[in-house]
Amino acid sequence: MTLDDMVRRHGSWLEAGVNEGPVISSRVRLARNLEAACFPGWANEEEKEDVWEQATGIFQSMDASFIRWGMAETSALDKEILFERHLISQELATKNEGCGVFVSPDECLSIMVNEEDHFRIQSLQPGLNLKAAWKAADQIDDELESELTYAFSPKLGYLTSCPSNVGTGLRASVMLHLPGLVLMEEMDPVINGISKIGLAVRGMWGEGTEAAGNMFQVSNQITLGRHENEIIAHLEQIVLELIEHENNARERLMNDRALVIEDHVARAFGILSNARMMTSGEALNLLSILRLGLDLGMIDEFARREVDMLFIAIQPAHLQKLENKELEPDDRDVVRAEMLRNFMEIATEGEDLI
Amino acid sequence: MICESCQKKDATIHLTQVVDGNSKKLNLCQDCAQDNGIDLNSPISITDVLLGLGAHPPSVSPAATEFDLSCNHCQMTRTEFKKRTRLGCPECYNAFMGELSALTKAMHHSGQHIGKIPARQGNEARLVAQVAALQKDIETAIAKEQYEVAANLRDKIKALKSSLQLLEDGGSDDA
Repeated sequence: MTLDDMVRRHGSWLEAGVNEGPVISSRVRLARNLEAACFPGWANEEEKEDVWEQATGIFQSMDASFIRWGMAETSALDKEILFERHLISQELATKNEGCGVFVSPDECLSIMVNEEDHFRIQSLQPGLNLKAAWKAADQIDDELESELTYAFSPKLGYLTSCPSNVGTGLRASVMLHLPGLVLMEEMDPVINGISKIGLAVRGMWGEGTEAAGNMFQVSNQITLGRHENEIIAHLEQIVLELIEHENNARERLMNDRALVIEDHVARAFGILSNARMMTSGEALNLLSILRLGLDLGMIDEFARREVDMLFIAIQPAHLQKLENKELEPDDRDVVRAEMLRNFMEIATEGEDLI
Repeated sequence: MICESCQKKDATIHLTQVVDGNSKKLNLCQDCAQDNGIDLNSPISITDVLLGLGAHPPSVSPAATEFDLSCNHCQMTRTEFKKRTRLGCPECYNAFMGELSALTKAMHHSGQHIGKIPARQGNEARLVAQVAALQKDIETAIAKEQYEVAANLRDKIKALKSSLQLLEDGGSDDA
């Protein structure tokens, strides 16, 4: 499968999942390194090429359907696509020789090679399902470990390039859509509270990104001194509490400001159906309002997952891949608006708009 | 949102700085952020903060560099580690043990792994993990005032520790 095919569909982790609504997806990643080898950031080209070659042999015999992208042979635009689809990190996208990624055809598994660590096993699941994500990553980890020897210490666990990942090497995270808490201006205290219990809140595309479209990623910070099941259970419990807070906020919004919310949703509908130019920031915010309208039953023209897919499809690299040419930001805004108009037109086909 | 520096382009970089408990927000465009020396590819991590470095590498006097501790396996020096906040190789954990044990304790409030153990690892890792897990159980038992349970657990730990000692004396298990 090529990226041209990929951009026309969505990863399986965007299918309907457990406890959907405020929850988009669950993710688990494991950081693993080889014994007696320099970490990628300190290794020379030759050492990195060695690890990449070894990884290619292992993963191609583990599962022949895995798709392999070496960063040296991947264009800047294609790297960006992989990043927008959450399959690689921004850091891997900046790399070349000896670095790359293996992706399962359903996009639920991706293994980055020679990013910050030798291996970063990532497993994505739709909805709130950290246990399934952990199980899948754990299995790949077992298979990988049957082929090579990891850097491991009885005291510090899996040894990683950055001490913040040492121990389990596990980062579990859940992507949440929390417009209710944002509209009620309750998100800041929530973020403060969460950071006090060893969890972090980030934007949709991870470290250093803004929480556009009311999307937030909640993840564990502590990786040492706790069992994997404990880390996952703790995060899951906090996410369930967050969902409850979000649902409460939505209920209060509907009790106190139903007309205002309805107005927001109707305006988002109108702008998405008619705009001729749109930045990705504006699009994400309007799609967020549309998604809220769907959850609250104010509109029913489309499935929530179609809207979720648009969050990714309107990103710059996806637009350029779909148009099959490089576009300047201004041109992208025109193409983005057109794509959204088409989507709205198809969704509302046969219905009287006014 | 417009860039606060040039007032022209769209701000795409959003920074929050906390000074004396007050948080200050700064919104910049890509170009202005780069002009201000903000490296977009390596956001300041918690490690940087704990090492007290921020974006600027510490100034080191020549005398200090001379006695700079370094890793025997990969030759990374302590100064280099502090600058990059990433280690050179797994062996660095032994070379910089002093700094690292304080750092990991500050980050994780723990210094002992109790999670998954690779199948290839020897018995030592498994025994150490069992002892750590039982020690946690003892704390829970004591908190619940279940002293008999705690005493049983203590005996189990004692037995495990003596087999661990045997393993270490034998030196057959290389962890």
